[in-house]
Amino acid sequence: MGFRPHPSTGEGLTPRQIEDNFTDLTPALNATQAHVEAARCLYCYDAPCIKACPTAIDIPTFIHQIRTENLKGSAHTILSANIMGGTCGRACPTEILCEEACVLNARGEEPVKIGALQRHAVEALMAKDGTHPFSRAAASGKTFGVIGAGPAGLSFAHRAAMLGHDVVVYEAKPKPGGLNEYGLAAYKMANDFARREVEFLLGIGGIRIEYGKALGKGVALAELRKRHDAVFIGAGIGATNALGIPGEELRHVRDALDFIEELRQAKDKSAVKIGRDVVVIGGGNTAIDAAVQAKRLGAANVTLVYRRGEENMSATEWERDLARTNGVVIRTKAKPVRFDTGSATFEQTDSKQFTLPADMVLKAIGQKLDAVAFGALKIEGSKIAVDPNFQSSIPGVFAGGDCVTSGVDLTVQAVQDGKLAAIAADKFVRGG
Amino acid sequence: MADLRCTIGGVESVNPFWLASAPPTDKYINVKRAFEAGWGGAVWKTLGNDPPVVNATSRYGVHRDQARGIVGINNIELISDRPLDQNLREIEQLRREYPDRVIIGSLMAPIEEQAWKGLAAKILNTGVQGLELNLGCPHGMCERGMGSAVGQVPEMVEQTTRWVKEVAGNVPVFTKLTPNITDIVVPAEAARKGGADGVALINTVNSIVSVDLDSMAPRPTVDGRGTHGGYCGTAVKPIALNMVQAIARDPETAPLAISAIGGIMTWRDAAEFIALGAQGVQVCTAAMLYGFRIVDDMIAGLANFMEERQYRSIEDFRGRALRNTVDWNDLNLNFDLKAFIHQDMCIECGRCHIACEDGAHQAIRIGAAPGGHRTFTVDNSECVGCNLCLHVCPVEGCIEMKPVANGLPSVSWPNHPLNPLRNGGA
Repeated sequence: MGFRPHPSTGEGLTPRQIEDNFTDLTPALNATQAHVEAARCLYCYDAPCIKACPTAIDIPTFIHQIRTENLKGSAHTILSANIMGGTCGRACPTEILCEEACVLNARGEEPVKIGALQRHAVEALMAKDGTHPFSRAAASGKTFGVIGAGPAGLSFAHRAAMLGHDVVVYEAKPKPGGLNEYGLAAYKMANDFARREVEFLLGIGGIRIEYGKALGKGVALAELRKRHDAVFIGAGIGATNALGIPGEELRHVRDALDFIEELRQAKDKSAVKIGRDVVVIGGGNTAIDAAVQAKRLGAANVTLVYRRGEENMSATEWERDLARTNGVVIRTKAKPVRFDTGSATFEQTDSKQFTLPADMVLKAIGQKLDAVAFGALKIEGSKIAVDPNFQSSIPGVFAGGDCVTSGVDLTVQAVQDGKLAAIAADKFVRGG
Repeated sequence: MADLRCTIGGVESVNPFWLASAPPTDKYINVKRAFEAGWGGAVWKTLGNDPPVVNATSRYGVHRDQARGIVGINNIELISDRPLDQNLREIEQLRREYPDRVIIGSLMAPIEEQAWKGLAAKILNTGVQGLELNLGCPHGMCERGMGSAVGQVPEMVEQTTRWVKEVAGNVPVFTKLTPNITDIVVPAEAARKGGADGVALINTVNSIVSVDLDSMAPRPTVDGRGTHGGYCGTAVKPIALNMVQAIARDPETAPLAISAIGGIMTWRDAAEFIALGAQGVQVCTAAMLYGFRIVDDMIAGLANFMEERQYRSIEDFRGRALRNTVDWNDLNLNFDLKAFIHQDMCIECGRCHIACEDGAHQAIRIGAAPGGHRTFTVDNSECVGCNLCLHVCPVEGCIEMKPVANGLPSVSWPNHPLNPLRNGGA
């Protein structure tokens, strides 16, 4: 979708154009497209794509089930491994996971559109009648406390509920979903999908969410450990890193995540303030999400500046292409040294400096664990230390998602952590 | 360009591609468009004595492949539902307008001498170059004692052929055979005894193409109910190829001309039927799915194939595959093949392994390679050379079947040392 100048000012976009810019980035497949795409899958045996998925979804089976028009079975295959398969189908960087492993690449073809097919199957189930596909085991009489209603916490809660436990989730924000609700680009999660997915997930029953509560804010870890038979921490990593350079405190210098959150929560996206010259600092997918969305909101110039070479960026090639096709200029090997009102100054690795006009600066330089709230919990390398069963240094306290070191920093990994931690916690409370 | 002119059962044709008796040949405008597109001939939609039949709606069901392609069509349409006279006038007109193109009159009548003879005479008056007796239609007409109800009784095949032959004079007569019998050679022999110049086969195969699981009725559905129909399209080609070779190889039926029908979609399909002895081919489903334009590639493809192989005419390669089409008892049981997997082409899908493991002889081993890769190799001591891995492999040329140089002489079952009945034993 192109960016047209505002008819009156020659800059920016009309509200209608902005609305268009935040519809689905990749439209859903219709039934025929899904069928034809599913037919491309070779139905590999012990398939490489399964191994490339952090939640190990049985991909050839769910695609085969789309082929046989067993969409309910297909969704069941996906969701039994990954209860947030809907978000993952939309937002996973499949180009570095399942689709990169697809054997069709080796045959010189485009990989099967696994993400799009996954989305197709899950949404067909969610649209059908809303009945939850899983049931709960006999009540255990145990209760689990969960900190954070993000992907890790909700995945833990769902699996724990399935295993027969009652779950209370403590969430700091007024809505559930974590980064799915607040942190992913709007055009990846169109039509309020994060909210619908949580609603669907809670259909299992036995999960209660208490909002406005976080560690150090209404609840304390020691108290929770007493109140519940087991506790899971899926609190993410809330604190954004600081650059520590002059001008960082200026009003036009913001966290990219705050900007994305404001955008995601805005009823009318055209009411979100956007600069004319936007500079985004960082090299990850959040930096790309911020830059592309700034452009789609009508910024005239968006420059993404990263301190190292493009090959070091954690944003995937697909994401970088997305940025460029949206008109974002990517500059590498330069770090910010100073912000002034209306500009940002950078120093290149060759020590030369340059200044960009900037009435808005978005920092996407990563986050760190806010360790204070965790008290006695052992921290290792700036993350909560856990054993292979996701149990922390305190017995009965488990942790997963971005606040631990597991695999990739993605929704799909958080879901896997939560699922495995719930299985381990179940064993823990049953004395297994 | 290779010369595609040929003679089919005594009928001269500019090429071997005729349209089969079916909806594409049921009126002037279709057949005119077909001749303009390049078809050598058309077998007119089967004519019956008035009053015309009444058709049902809907009429077609399909069998699909995984990518929504159509591999077979099932139809429940009857013979021409237009007045006989109108059909005859249109045939006459086309014969005048396209003198170098073939029109064969297809006919069907009840088992009465005058019904057949009278109808045949009327059609012959239009100037058709041949007649085709529809003794094969497997739905509807057979319930009235016609079509396959006749074709399934050899005595009736012979009788109707003889009746029509008696009025046809020197105009060639083709008896169209139904595949819905046990041994195709039997009705072919009956046709020959009745004096047929050739046989046309196969007519459609009895079928129910699918069941609508919502309405619980077979497809195509007519007001909530369905009936079995006739199956055609690429899916029936293997059945047709086998029946054509059986007639071509039997000494009793070998003198019959064969106008081959059954799933011919491409020039390659046509060449295969010709290699098994057919003098020409008839096409229906391919034209119904894609239009008459497909004959362009059929002509060009067959000509290119013939030029590459230096065949100057259809006769140069007609029946060439028959000498290599034998009974199982004539196969060399000392011939041995082993599958060989070219590792540089393998994409690691694992299909050969699981097919062999669960469906064949447990001969393909999975190994680990650096970088999490997998290797698939054949254990020759277990491989029986069955071809299953070759067929399931998605990469053409990745699996090769290599002959084993065992130095053993050719031996067939009648002479095999393990045959207890060898050398004329009990």
